[in-house]
Amino acid sequence: MFKKDIQPGAKTKVKSSVQRGIRAKVLETYPLLEPHIEEILPKKSQIDQTKLPDRVTLYTLPSTPLFWQHMDDPILPHLTLVHKYPHAFHRLRVDRGAIRFVLSGATLMVPGLTSPGGRLPGEAKGGEGDEEGRWGEKDLSEGEIVVIEAEGKESACMVGVLKSGTGEMKKVKKGVAVEGGHYLGDGLWKLHLD
Amino acid sequence: MADDDAAEESVQQRNVPPAKHVIYCGVCSLPPEYCEFGGTVSKCEQWLKKNNPEMHAKMYSEDAVNEKLSSLSVEARAKAEKDSQKKAAKAEAAATREAEKLANSMIYIKRVERNKRKYVTVVSGLEAFGYDLKKVAKDLGKRFATGSSVTKNAGNTGEEITVQGDVSDDLFDWIEENLENIPEDNVECIEDKKKKAG
Ligand SMILES: [Zn+2]
Repeated sequence: MFKKDIQPGAKTKVKSSVQRGIRAKVLETYPLLEPHIEEILPKKSQIDQTKLPDRVTLYTLPSTPLFWQHMDDPILPHLTLVHKYPHAFHRLRVDRGAIRFVLSGATLMVPGLTSPGGRLPGEAKGGEGDEEGRWGEKDLSEGEIVVIEAEGKESACMVGVLKSGTGEMKKVKKGVAVEGGHYLGDGLWKLHLD
Repeated sequence: MADDDAAEESVQQRNVPPAKHVIYCGVCSLPPEYCEFGGTVSKCEQWLKKNNPEMHAKMYSEDAVNEKLSSLSVEARAKAEKDSQKKAAKAEAAATREAEKLANSMIYIKRVERNKRKYVTVVSGLEAFGYDLKKVAKDLGKRFATGSSVTKNAGNTGEEITVQGDVSDDLFDWIEENLENIPEDNVECIEDKKKKAG
């Protein structure tokens, strides 16, 4: 989504009614953020929005990026937010070999997740980084928002939308897993607003 | 305040993990564990060593490095190595280009006659050295107790700072003393003799 550097548009204030809507949508999409919502989107604060290329809107408070949204698609978190509340998102893991592809903006392919270093829900293998509940138990369906972590790393390197269900991935072991997400070092990551 | 306390309390009650504080690399901006994938690893390592020795010791110990390598096949390792060499070379070239560009960037201080015996002093080129024109203009206004603002340049191709009054010489000294990024040789005073308004 953000392979190129971004020239941000104007920053505008989000109306309080719209702000309430965003808050509700965030809680609906990420129920586990509920205990933190006052930290993330305090009720009395003023959120700003910035138009980015390709019809993406970035929500910031005051200039710290929180969430972004392509048109009316689901609201996705900025990676700095994911880094703060990793437990609040569905997480998968790519093997070490796939990391450099993710960081160069390549489409994430299924084998990076199904190889021995990768993890899908229900696949905690008792190895390093397989602490309880990290990868969840239930399979995820196409269209769900996932955070991509990496073998041997603590923090996530990408967030995006599943192009295929994880149950299907386990069976087929090939094809596109996540496309057009937000990854470490991309244009959105490098964007600094003041 | 009360709200904050309430939020915190509810977090504790429900045994929810608190917000994590992730450190980001001062060189490449990624979490330091991902520095190895960029082209600035050696600079990143130096930064971490200085700013977070503890994390540095963990991340760059011999064991840690060997472990990383052993998790990849020989083939993948060779590829990754080649890739990171390429990236490093690229970053190096970019840094050299940038340094060359800076070495050739000039700051011009120009005295411009506005009316008879009324002058303004125009400074251009500061942005190439990473200075925020607005901020510098403000500092100059304070320093010379005069009007100082960011203005469009003649060709409308960029911005420069216009200071009211003829302060060329003092300005030259001020730049030398206060703007450390700029070598003295890169600053030049020129006089606008043609009385053409800038
Ligand atoms: Zn770094």
